[in-house]
Amino acid sequence: MLLYTLKRLLYVTPVAFGVSVVCFLLVHLAPGDPLSAVLPADATQQTIDEMRAAYGFDKPLPVQYLIWLWHVLHGDLGTSIATGRPVAAEVGRAVVNSLILAAVATAIGFTFGTLFGFVAGYHRNSAADRAASALSVFGVSVPHYWLGMVMVIVFSATLGWLPPTGAGPDGSGNWRPDLDHLRYLILPAVTMSVIPTGIIARTVRALVADILSQDFVEALRAKGMDERGVFRHVVRNAAPTALAIMGLQLGYLLGGSILIETVFAWPGTGFLLNAAIFQRDLPLLQGSILVLAMFFVALNLLVDVMQTALDPRIERA
Amino acid sequence: MSASAAIASTGGVRTNEARTAPAVDVADLRVAFGKVQVVDGVDLALERGQALALIGESGSGKSVTLRALLRLFPEGRSRIEGRIHVAGRDVQALTRRQLADFRGRDVSMIFQEPLLAFDPVYTVGRQITEAILRHERVSKEDARRRALALFERVRIPSPERRLDNYPHEMSGGMRQRAMIALALACRPQVLLADEPTTALDATVQIQVLLLLRELQRDLGLTIVLVTHDLGAAVEVADRIAVMYAGKIVETGTARQVVLDPHHPYTIGLLRSRAEGALAKGARLQTIPGSPPDLAARPPGCPFAPRCFLAEHRCHGEMPPAREIAPGHRVACWHADEASVAYRVGPTPVRAAEPASPGPPGRPSEQGV
Repeated sequence: MLLYTLKRLLYVTPVAFGVSVVCFLLVHLAPGDPLSAVLPADATQQTIDEMRAAYGFDKPLPVQYLIWLWHVLHGDLGTSIATGRPVAAEVGRAVVNSLILAAVATAIGFTFGTLFGFVAGYHRNSAADRAASALSVFGVSVPHYWLGMVMVIVFSATLGWLPPTGAGPDGSGNWRPDLDHLRYLILPAVTMSVIPTGIIARTVRALVADILSQDFVEALRAKGMDERGVFRHVVRNAAPTALAIMGLQLGYLLGGSILIETVFAWPGTGFLLNAAIFQRDLPLLQGSILVLAMFFVALNLLVDVMQTALDPRIERA
Repeated sequence: MSASAAIASTGGVRTNEARTAPAVDVADLRVAFGKVQVVDGVDLALERGQALALIGESGSGKSVTLRALLRLFPEGRSRIEGRIHVAGRDVQALTRRQLADFRGRDVSMIFQEPLLAFDPVYTVGRQITEAILRHERVSKEDARRRALALFERVRIPSPERRLDNYPHEMSGGMRQRAMIALALACRPQVLLADEPTTALDATVQIQVLLLLRELQRDLGLTIVLVTHDLGAAVEVADRIAVMYAGKIVETGTARQVVLDPHHPYTIGLLRSRAEGALAKGARLQTIPGSPPDLAARPPGCPFAPRCFLAEHRCHGEMPPAREIAPGHRVACWHADEASVAYRVGPTPVRAAEPASPGPPGRPSEQGV
């Protein structure tokens, strides 16, 4: 198990390298000059050249990449063009906020998703199955920014129960685990959890139905296992896949929540990316994309290792 | 229908049945899935310590008959009628709770494909101790010791290590031995085996069959073996019951059925075995046609459309089971002609043709 984990860690290195290249190039593929956004329109050619040299944009791309990589490896993601603050600090704070939001949303999604999935998988083609399926289709297909706005209208504007935007009463953008800040988390987290709920419910339903149709379930009943005993086996067989889906969902939510973070003005990575794109803040964009991509890589690694721990066939086969 | 009468009459009448009754006593068993009558009036009786082989081709209802002995069907999707007494218990009368206690303790089952019959994510040892702990109040350590003894009993090499194997880490033959160990974990009286050798290599098949035979003798097990392999049936069974389209068409001791078959279907099965037909240039004999659609069962003998002896009556009237020798019962209007046809010679089917309605050579002999 330990050996396997080390081996997987080794495999991650080339993947991470590839990711860094793509992150770097992706931003350079985009049209437009990053400096034009910060420089005044009447800046002289000399000022432009000086700025280019200061940010290193005058060197050939491979050299730029190596310099950038060197700094990244030392924990330096550069300086934001728009704010002048270090990218690492900006991204770090945003990642923490996004992580909190994504983790809570995934936890809600996993709880309800597995619940609906098990009920539907156990009672296929019953009314409960159809209700659960309808709910999950709704979860996957409803536009989330729209759902977010509806939530704001209902729970903030009309009922006045919860704050509509921001991460806390002081507006600092630093979320803290206390009751005041928790109230700010509820609306975005619930809105966001609709996605993983739907996806996990559908996956678990298919999983459970498949497991229940396998021969070993009949064999379990033949040796006298009652429904509770059979259920334990079903859970244990469904767990690796369900956990993998949950891990991937967490990854998607970490990076793919631009719309929800924007609707709720949640100071996470989505919000930050949105700002970086509109301000053509190249270092900030590169830094946040890189961090998010690395999160995905790490998450995949974690899911792999967890699956191996749960399903003996993966490692040994 | 006589099935309900059979259930009613066995309620409280036989109280001391557990000791003296046959291990398996099934009368007029009918199993239907929806509108499809898969098992249609099966009678089975088996003394303690005997082995019975149910043989027949795919879809003949043999596996369903076997599962009916444990009521091992999804609830609500099947209808089981008739008398089912196994190991002294009235299976039809058991509650859900009692049924779960009964399964694996009094009667257990081994399956065709042991790789699929074990849960892939638990070790084999754990799955055996799970069964022991389910039925008996013993410590985990004792259960593990029992599992180890069982592995030794079924002769799995380096049993201590093998207990910690996952199913996919074992070979097919070893898995089936482990399956047998699991089935014997709670010392059942009756062992049900659903095609236990079908998924195995030919060399391993015989080992598993010999093991079953040995266990049956040593432990006084009653075995019901479902197979489509006559060779396997002869190897293990004292008695053989031949099933066709949900009915038992011939039953008797293994010798009676194999050496002195009286039903044209049994004869067809015996003739279609490769062993007898592999002389150079000889054709492998087959039974023409295919089994009837059980959803649209024709009246009369279900085998009549494929039978070399069938005549008018066979198509209209189901022949009752008739005892032609002690313990040897056949359901055929032409059992004696069939028997003569079998004994006449290497191609007795030709000799019997005057009795068959079809054109010469066609109905019973067809090259592959």
